Amino acid sequence: MKRVYVNEKWCLGCHLCEYYCAFTQTDKTDMAYALRGRKIFPMISVEDSGAVHFAVNCRHCAEPLCVKGCITGALSIQDGVVRLDQERCIGCFTCILSCPYGAISPAEDGHAVQKCELCLSTNEGVPQCVKNCPNAAIVFEDRG
Amino acid sequence: MKYVIIGNSAAGIGCVEGIRQTDKDSEIIIISDEPYHTYSRPLISYLLCGKTNEQAMKYRGDSFYTENNVTLLAPERAASIDVSGKTVLLESGKTIPYDKLLIGTGSSPLIPPMNGLDTVTNKFTFMSLDDAKALERVLEADRRVLIIGAGLIGLKCAEGIMDRVKSIEAVDLAPRVLSSILDDTGAGIIQRHLEKKGLIFHLNQRVDMFDKNRAILKDGAHIQFDILILAVGVRPSVGLVKDAGGEIGRAIKINAQMETSLSDVYAAGDCTESLDVSSRENKVMALLPNAYMQGECAGVNMAGGSKAFDNAIPLNAIGFLGSHVLTAGTYAGEVHTEYSGKIYKKFFCADNRLSGFILIDCVEKAGIYTNLVRTRTPLDTLDTELLFRRPGLIAFMGVERKAMLGGVR
Repeated sequence: MKRVYVNEKWCLGCHLCEYYCAFTQTDKTDMAYALRGRKIFPMISVEDSGAVHFAVNCRHCAEPLCVKGCITGALSIQDGVVRLDQERCIGCFTCILSCPYGAISPAEDGHAVQKCELCLSTNEGVPQCVKNCPNAAIVFEDRG
Repeated sequence: MKYVIIGNSAAGIGCVEGIRQTDKDSEIIIISDEPYHTYSRPLISYLLCGKTNEQAMKYRGDSFYTENNVTLLAPERAASIDVSGKTVLLESGKTIPYDKLLIGTGSSPLIPPMNGLDTVTNKFTFMSLDDAKALERVLEADRRVLIIGAGLIGLKCAEGIMDRVKSIEAVDLAPRVLSSILDDTGAGIIQRHLEKKGLIFHLNQRVDMFDKNRAILKDGAHIQFDILILAVGVRPSVGLVKDAGGEIGRAIKINAQMETSLSDVYAAGDCTESLDVSSRENKVMALLPNAYMQGECAGVNMAGGSKAFDNAIPLNAIGFLGSHVLTAGTYAGEVHTEYSGKIYKKFFCADNRLSGFILIDCVEKAGIYTNLVRTRTPLDTLDTELLFRRPGLIAFMGVERKAMLGGVR
């Protein structure tokens, strides 16, 4: 299955992936208009320390602790992708406490979580963080 | 192969999903004493405050049983198991044969003997959907509620009914709320938060006597109430295995493969005790994620596969009226704390490992800490100063991070 991978050496720490991820969640056509002046809630996050930068999002684990631990059944694996049914999530944050990568975060309203679903809803076949990374540091590949 | 599962909650469902990873066809029978589709037990408090409903609180979708070729026998109660004849006898008189059996019977409310309890009319426990429905029927805006037990069950119940009753008071023997998962400082934060919302606590207290609608505490104080909720604790349901001669400690003893001491009988969930790797002690870890993972592990092994679940740790994620408490592991060792008034962090380190932690209102990336507890990662391979300030993979060595994130082609 194709997953998102990050080449740490090529990551500039520009955080554009976070903005494109947040933009994808809006219904607007212009990113600046959609996000200007707003706190964003991306499903990918860039970690920075000195010269080291890298982005992290859901690894879509084969044995996902978030899915196994989900107390409501809101998280499930569908065709290899870890999916979230936000309607069934009650925001207990067991999944946040379980994910070894820190890849699940509270959604904007705080009453549920949110996570990367590989931009399946955009039907573009490639996640927006990958498509819009200016240095090709984020790739979408099948590495088994 | 014929699989029988006693219990229709997380452990039982995990077992079905574990079995189906290898055996797609053989019949699976689930025996449940509740007349319901599998539902998420921790959601009963959310049901009472209207944040979920009976459809949304189903733990798996409507087609779960048909998709997995599972026959649900419910409501039926198992009376005994015959290990040599490999059958389960139901209270209804039916006999169900098995090749592999899972005990996922969970736990039941512990009700200690209390003077005058029989004089109280409106008394409830709070563990099942039926408990929630019974409580629902008596909730009125002018009712005063008394909860015995200021632990996880009692306080989640309080949260669920807070806006639907006149007042809630809680009594606990312990000197602090959530005494099983919080230290004094953390408990104080949650107690003050709940007090601001209107809850009244009587800690370090116990009820000496009930007299109909009145509780008399050991210090002589009287509390008038209309509804009594008993949330003192739970007791693992071990009877079936005990009566069949299986080994019992504080609960059913299982190994890392989820086998009991009885041949072809497995157990998972709240009815079991197993190794907590953060303390190296056998414990009853009555927590939903562990129940699922134990059930799944049992299922894989029952179907002839080979799986061990050998890194269980205590783990709690729980919200109370906008405040979030996340805890994991064991509270022993050197302590690192940070308390800013808004957020509270406490880490416990021993033998170059993170043994456990408490986080209040700082949930971000908390699983990175949990992973360190679960995998017993040596702390000297990490930038712990950075890590305790803010969880991130940045605190790992580059080569380690590369391995975790899938490397670079």
